Amino acid sequence: MASRIDAPAALRAEALSKAYGSRRALRDVSFSAAPGELVAIIGPNGAGKTTLLQILAGALEPTAGLVSLDRHEVGWVPQQAAVYSKLSVRENLQLFARLEKVKDVDGTVERMLAQTGLGDRADDPVARLSGGNRQRVNIAVGLLGDPPVLLLDEPSSSLDPRQRERLWAFVTELATQAGTTVVYSTHNVAEAERYADRLLVLADGELLFTGTPADLERATGEHDAHDFEGAFVRFLHDRGH
Amino acid sequence: MRWLLLKDLQILRRSPLLVTLLVLYPLVVALLVGAALSSGPSKPKVAFANLVPPEQAKIDVGEESLDATRYASELFKRVDPIRVDSREEAIAKVESGEALGALVIPADVIGRLQGTLGLGGGDPPTVEVYYNAENPLKRRYVEATIDATLADANKALADEIFKESARYLNLIVAGGSIDLPVVGQVDILGLRNAQRIIEAALAGLPEGAPSRPALEQVARFARLADENLDVSKPILASIATPVDVKETAIAGTDTSLDVFGVEVAVVISLMFVTLLLAAGMLALEREEHAFGRLVRGLVSRTGLLAEKIGLAGLCAWALAAVMLAVLAAVLDLGWSRTPVWLVALAFAAVAFAALGVAIGGLTREIRAASLLAFMLALPIAALALIPSGAVGGTLYDAIRIVSAVFPFKPALDALDAALSGTSILTPLIHLAALTLAFGAIARLALKRFT
Repeated sequence: MASRIDAPAALRAEALSKAYGSRRALRDVSFSAAPGELVAIIGPNGAGKTTLLQILAGALEPTAGLVSLDRHEVGWVPQQAAVYSKLSVRENLQLFARLEKVKDVDGTVERMLAQTGLGDRADDPVARLSGGNRQRVNIAVGLLGDPPVLLLDEPSSSLDPRQRERLWAFVTELATQAGTTVVYSTHNVAEAERYADRLLVLADGELLFTGTPADLERATGEHDAHDFEGAFVRFLHDRGH
Repeated sequence: MRWLLLKDLQILRRSPLLVTLLVLYPLVVALLVGAALSSGPSKPKVAFANLVPPEQAKIDVGEESLDATRYASELFKRVDPIRVDSREEAIAKVESGEALGALVIPADVIGRLQGTLGLGGGDPPTVEVYYNAENPLKRRYVEATIDATLADANKALADEIFKESARYLNLIVAGGSIDLPVVGQVDILGLRNAQRIIEAALAGLPEGAPSRPALEQVARFARLADENLDVSKPILASIATPVDVKETAIAGTDTSLDVFGVEVAVVISLMFVTLLLAAGMLALEREEHAFGRLVRGLVSRTGLLAEKIGLAGLCAWALAAVMLAVLAAVLDLGWSRTPVWLVALAFAAVAFAALGVAIGGLTREIRAASLLAFMLALPIAALALIPSGAVGGTLYDAIRIVSAVFPFKPALDALDAALSGTSILTPLIHLAALTLAFGAIARLALKRFT
């Protein structure tokens, strides 16, 4: 795990800031992620998690700062499934593959269907899929361009526990097998601790912490803490959030 | 953009109920509005009590006899009559609301009319009209209908009196025979013959005869009267119809009511289909959360707007063109200007689509977009159809400005020009300007989207 973190960065953000009028949604955030690394962004509501992911995805212009990758090199999976419910799974993938100007549209679509395990539902309209399968289509669309970095905004928020397990198995495999760097935001601190190689703790647009889950526990001063969520809350509380 | 267009068509194809409603609703509304505009108001119910005995329904004007019932039948073409036998019954019909008005012809009306025509003096004939003021619009229509019918009857009587007077004048001038009551056939010498006889008598008299000056005076009078009474015929004719009407259209075209109904029906259909499609399909991108994904480098915001304008404009244009073709065939409008119609419809469709994407850009979901489109469309159409003179000058100026800001009025003007054969350039420029303006508003609205 440490070797992955120390590897050359697949994604680098430098001094990112975003202001909406007088409100500053993001303040001078810098971090990097290595190839195949799973990075979780955690923080309370309004911390700036979605804003940070949107800037990394190229969907939002920062007020200041730089992102190392072009938007075409980043796969983006928004929080709510951004697919057309009247179209089938295959038609959605074909549409976005064509818009992404993927060279072998049909081959890529078949590969994505196989990779996400949606082959048997390929011709079903998305409207008929469960929340978990819809999220898989959402992720598959994000992966169509075969990006080195995948950004997931609250990917498991609308899923039941079984669907969550299947989703994280798929995402972990992406990182470990395909070497895709995955940056995801989540409210679920336990999920961050369990699946992430590294955590970014955001509060009020400020990056308060970067490190492994173990580092975060240590930062709270309770080295043997079993209650990671409690440690996280104490961490925020100690810093006035 | 091609793939987005195909995607939208695919989504529409899979929404048969939506598409059916989208086509049927504007069609029904448009046809109803068109029919209402091209046909007059329905006939109001009017109670009619003719108290004149049937055998006395004729009016004698000189040797002519006029049938008063002929004028009543003219009235019945314009109203739905409820025939009653008494004044009380007629008034009761109005009071109960069964009839909007009542017309009572008193029993003595023919006698009085005969007295007036025969210069026998007495009160002039009077008919009685009773109204129900419950519905001001229909009341005005009843009043206008009865007034117009009575004016027709008065004019017809005046024409007959003129004809009879002219006949008498002719008799006085040229001579002839007349059938008088009691006396029977009477020969009238006439001024012209009298003059001739006197002049013949004068020719046989010596120059200094004492009766000569008096006879010369009578002969001169006969000649002058002959000459001047001939002139009195056109003067009498001008009394029968004292004012001629010369109609000149200052603005607009000489479009018939039927064609205007077609224009309104087609433009209303075009407006509804285009607005709802453009606004709805743009709002769909947000409702499906796909907007952010699309504009993240897959398609530009301007490209997305152009695609929605193209989709909505194309679908609505095709529908309006078919509708216009059907109505044109029914009304036999002729096909020589078909390309001009299609151009006018295309400009109108694009302008409505631009307004539609502006609406779609301001809303976050399809329902809100559709509601806003409906809320805007109906008053826009209603305002554009208010004729000048129907409201005060300042208010009409304000209505004209508001109508000019939206595409309905220029679209109607463009189609009217296309159908009537006048230049469509000005309304097309107007529509193009509105397309750019609403396109710019939509583009600004999309800035808020993420």
